[in-house]
Amino acid sequence: MSAVLVPTVRIQRQDFDVAAEIAGLTQGRADIGAVVTFSGMCRDEQGALSALELEHYPGMAEAEIERIATEATERWQLQGLTVIHRHGKIAPGENIVLVVAASAHRQAAFEAADFLMDYLKSRAPFWKKEHRADGSEGGWVEAKETDAEAARRWKQPPSE
Amino acid sequence: MTTRLIYFAWVRERIGMPEEDVELPAAIETVADLLHWLQSRGEGYQHALQYPDVIRVAINQEHVDHREKISGAREIALFPPMTGG
Repeated sequence: MSAVLVPTVRIQRQDFDVAAEIAGLTQGRADIGAVVTFSGMCRDEQGALSALELEHYPGMAEAEIERIATEATERWQLQGLTVIHRHGKIAPGENIVLVVAASAHRQAAFEAADFLMDYLKSRAPFWKKEHRADGSEGGWVEAKETDAEAARRWKQPPSE
Repeated sequence: MTTRLIYFAWVRERIGMPEEDVELPAAIETVADLLHWLQSRGEGYQHALQYPDVIRVAINQEHVDHREKISGAREIALFPPMTGG
């Protein structure tokens, strides 16, 4: 067994560069055969939204994502894992979240990235508030039962 | 013992402050007791916590359920279901 992978987790206001984050995991490595990235972006909801404001719980946001990321490294054979989540005001078309999972083979990378996003949605302490394009008061985005359902499916142990 | 209560999103807006330090009565043993007790503190609290089942709680920055004992908690956060990602 190689040394235990320590995931990189960053909570930040500023944008991130997807290509640079992939390069950061893979440069100089010959043991990585697969990299899966997921980028979550802000939609404008057919022109209705001017921005999303992401509130977070400083300290716990990092700690909770680190717990989720560490669980992913225990469940799948990963060679690298980076998770970045932005907070503050984010305009349509901008990045919100990034997961980069690197492994020897694609299945572990796909599954780990999918798991990370499902758990982030229901356990990472972030809340989205809408800013509406017409200037009217936007509401808090409601949590979806489908997201909670998606997270629960990982309770089954992974297939061998 | 003083406990710091922290509120987020619409829980924060309805209570009208981001955080406060409180002296919890000894009878408050669990998260459920705390949510019930807070509702007696005014209209904003009642509005925020009228459906306690939907309120998510973290003690010392870790998720807990409403049966969790709160003795020794330095920091208790109350918030709506999360919508990150």
